[in-house]
Amino acid sequence: MGKLNVGVYWAASCGGCDVAILDIHEKVLKVKEACDFFLWPIAMDFKYADVEALPDKHLDLVLFNGAVRNSENKHLAELLRKKSKLLVAFGSCAHTGGIPALANFTTKQGIFERAYLTSDSTDNPQKVIPKTKVKVPEGELTIPEFFERVFALDQVVDVDYYVPGCPPNPERIWEVLAAVVTGAPLPPKGSVIGAGTKALCDTCERKRTGDKKITGFKRVATTDWDPEVCFLDQGLVCLGPCTRDGCGLQCVQHSNMPCRGCYGLPPDISDQGAKMIAALGSLIDAKDPEEIARIAGELPDQAGYYYRFSAAAGLLERRKA
Amino acid sequence: MSEPRIVAFLCHWCSYTGADLAGTARIKYSPNVRIIRVMCSGRIEPQFLLKALREGADGVLVCGCHPGDCHYHEGNYKCLRRFLMLRQMLGQYGIEEGRLRLEWVSASEGDRFAKLADEFTEQIRALGPLGGRAAFVEGTQQGGTSWAS
Repeated sequence: MGKLNVGVYWAASCGGCDVAILDIHEKVLKVKEACDFFLWPIAMDFKYADVEALPDKHLDLVLFNGAVRNSENKHLAELLRKKSKLLVAFGSCAHTGGIPALANFTTKQGIFERAYLTSDSTDNPQKVIPKTKVKVPEGELTIPEFFERVFALDQVVDVDYYVPGCPPNPERIWEVLAAVVTGAPLPPKGSVIGAGTKALCDTCERKRTGDKKITGFKRVATTDWDPEVCFLDQGLVCLGPCTRDGCGLQCVQHSNMPCRGCYGLPPDISDQGAKMIAALGSLIDAKDPEEIARIAGELPDQAGYYYRFSAAAGLLERRKA
Repeated sequence: MSEPRIVAFLCHWCSYTGADLAGTARIKYSPNVRIIRVMCSGRIEPQFLLKALREGADGVLVCGCHPGDCHYHEGNYKCLRRFLMLRQMLGQYGIEEGRLRLEWVSASEGDRFAKLADEFTEQIRALGPLGGRAAFVEGTQQGGTSWAS
């Protein structure tokens, strides 16, 4: 078969997903043999105009990482949808909003005020705020419009597949690339690929002591914990109950750190935070409302903790408008 | 002006029977409260409450058996813990505490349920509409604030 036409794009992202692709190591040479790249900003110099000039559906596969934060992200999402046969939401940000979507717990106005006016390191006596258009003697300059909230990719365009993870596990990436390259039969549209189908707790190998009873939440930075035993048993918040497996247990097993939830929702769950509250509600050992409030108060940023990677894709997608 | 929309989750064994008693005793109470019966208040997933708010409820009422009276022994305590955590978290979404209320209503407290329904309806009326999808999901794919150019 001929070579595959491939594009990789970053929208509101950190670049970690692009690096994760390179983390397949020497197999990247096989990718190079099998693929022609038409866009990959972190690695190669293509211009948006080159992509705009391509015929529709010219790209066999586009790996789109990053959330949709501004009008440039949205434009590229729409453009790459038009030019691609398979559009893959690649990594947590494109899948469920990721870290950038934590901004959905505040507003655009709140972000601008903090960033340009009130932060301790800001020196802006004239209170200059970025404008999308500004006239200068040479003409008009424009920058992309900053949206009110952050979107996951499928909230803006139609998406064929999802590969979760922050970043996706390189072995899973290779499986996905290999499937497309070899022409293997693809799963149904809309599938989450390169991940498991259970909650992380179901595949975690840490020891469970049985009767979990939480009387207070501990912090990783100030606790010595047993490296073999379930984190929740020890009062450390681990998002295993509300997170999809398939990550290779990189945090909970190999790094001895609690799950942060980057593989997103397991199937049949519609909200990571709600599910985590359901789980913790069963574990907290208190019946008195004041005592419960005290224990819950030890997690002052519940939303930020539970939705660290999925704030744009919760049942409530943003702070009240 | 639109009426407050309230979704109420009531446990089968105490609170729903209490609401039923209000009905058979022909006590009038606010029709704004839409009741959903569940077997136990411990069955009320936080997802249910979030879904109600997303789909346009202005307030959510949760009722279960009094502490110590749960038909399944511990369900109402689980409900209490989940409710308190959820209500605290929803503050981060800009949702006022007064929009979510948990009360214990026994099977014999028909009049109390009716009063509660009236009182909660007025509480929500005072807070105003919440906004549902328009506030938490839709209509936001543009800049559109005072910061826009």
